[in-house]
Amino acid sequence: MTNTLHRTGDADSFKDDYIVFAIASRGKNDEGALEKLQKFLRMAIPFSPVNLGDARNGGSLRPSKDLGPSAHWNRDISPDFEAVVEGFTHITTAAAVFDNRVAAEDFFKTVKEADMGLSVNISTSVDGAEQCCHHAGVPRHSVGYSLGFEGKTELLPNSHVLLLSTMCGHGMVANSLAKKMIDWVKEGRRTPEEAASYLQRFCSCGVYNPSRAKRILEDARGTTK
Amino acid sequence: MKINPKKCVACGNCTYVCPMGAIYIDPVIKRATVNSAECVECYACYNGMSQEKLNPVMVRTMRKVFQLLRLRFDPEPDVCPTSAFEPDALVWPRIVRRAFSDPRVPHESTGIEGRGTEEVKTNDVSGRVVVGEVGFTIEFGRPGVGVWFRDIQKACWTLAKAGVSFEKKNPITSLMTDVSAGTINAEVMGEKLMSAIIEIKVAVERTEEIVRLVWAIEKEIDTVVVLGVGTRCDEQGEDTVVAPILERLGYKLHRAKTNTGLGRITNTTKEKSNEPVSAGAPK
Repeated sequence: MTNTLHRTGDADSFKDDYIVFAIASRGKNDEGALEKLQKFLRMAIPFSPVNLGDARNGGSLRPSKDLGPSAHWNRDISPDFEAVVEGFTHITTAAAVFDNRVAAEDFFKTVKEADMGLSVNISTSVDGAEQCCHHAGVPRHSVGYSLGFEGKTELLPNSHVLLLSTMCGHGMVANSLAKKMIDWVKEGRRTPEEAASYLQRFCSCGVYNPSRAKRILEDARGTTK
Repeated sequence: MKINPKKCVACGNCTYVCPMGAIYIDPVIKRATVNSAECVECYACYNGMSQEKLNPVMVRTMRKVFQLLRLRFDPEPDVCPTSAFEPDALVWPRIVRRAFSDPRVPHESTGIEGRGTEEVKTNDVSGRVVVGEVGFTIEFGRPGVGVWFRDIQKACWTLAKAGVSFEKKNPITSLMTDVSAGTINAEVMGEKLMSAIIEIKVAVERTEEIVRLVWAIEKEIDTVVVLGVGTRCDEQGEDTVVAPILERLGYKLHRAKTNTGLGRITNTTKEKSNEPVSAGAPK
């Protein structure tokens, strides 16, 4: 299942979470797709995304393989969107993450007008995606519903931890790290923004939403569920 | 994955970043250690942590001084200060762990990228799920629990008996030695994965039957399950068929991915057939 569908929460909790992603199908529309996917990512930048994603190489905030000691005091947590676009070297899923509906709607409308022939999906609440399609004047083609977690759910952690860890649907953000970040925010050791940045770096496809994470961490500060 | 004990300074940062909780400080050797039975080779530790190249002796000395003075250094929590992680050379069958757990690599075992396939994400060009059909993705192990192949095998056998069609371009299907029976290569049964996705397609009339079948499977296995249900919308962009069935079964449809239909076939070269593999007649 699409990794973005693992995000847990009710429809209201996705009010600041819109992922628009483009994908080419092997043998169908992958000829020349690399340039189109790069164009897709570049087109997103003026709409102020909170993250851009390259499923092979990561998002706009990445771990460093050669961190200097001074990073413990003045680490840069600003996103580098240009690096995502320039580093997009394989045909894979390209994603743009927004924290408001207006930006997602306007970006999607622009993508539609560019008419690149790529499959474009919107992952958010069912209603949120419908509104984006309506804004651009396109009927939905297909829908993939996520029905939530079942089975041995007693093996899952508390809801705030899940809200944070499932934003990397590939499972690269550990529940224990999410819990640790909640604890650090509660202790006042890190700001929600800093804590969100640590989690975001583990997301290997760049769909982590740091804006939503910051909100969840703020919420969890006084009332961890 | 392994951690070089000559480099490790037992800072403990990595014990929090393992999605499977498989890294711990060994109380005997006082170094971080990977429980290889539980490690799914997702490389979250190796790829996700930033790395410094500090001198291990110096760091250990500093940590001892801080500890004696009851002082707590407050370093960045996502850093390995001495670049102590060293990937193992994986061989069959353990290699399937990484193929199903590290999203950055293609399936070495199957030749297919990702844990699943394109599902309805490319339905506008693939026509995988047409009107009157429902595509199911039945995922095991996420978030953060993991799944053993022996549990996936139970699910495949149950689904095969129901006569479903397994998606051909799917990593699980590729590991089957007998698709009609849903039998997976026995050599991988002892392997644990971050997650695995079975993909099937049935007529819309069988939607409730398949959901109930999955509920039954959930009682027989020791992990979490996420059901994804894909359907084709009508010409107005509405789904008036599948959503009511799911809601009647008690599901609240909070989140979905919506294929907006902007894709079209643009390649000049024709691809080979991609028909699903049937597991036999419905029973």
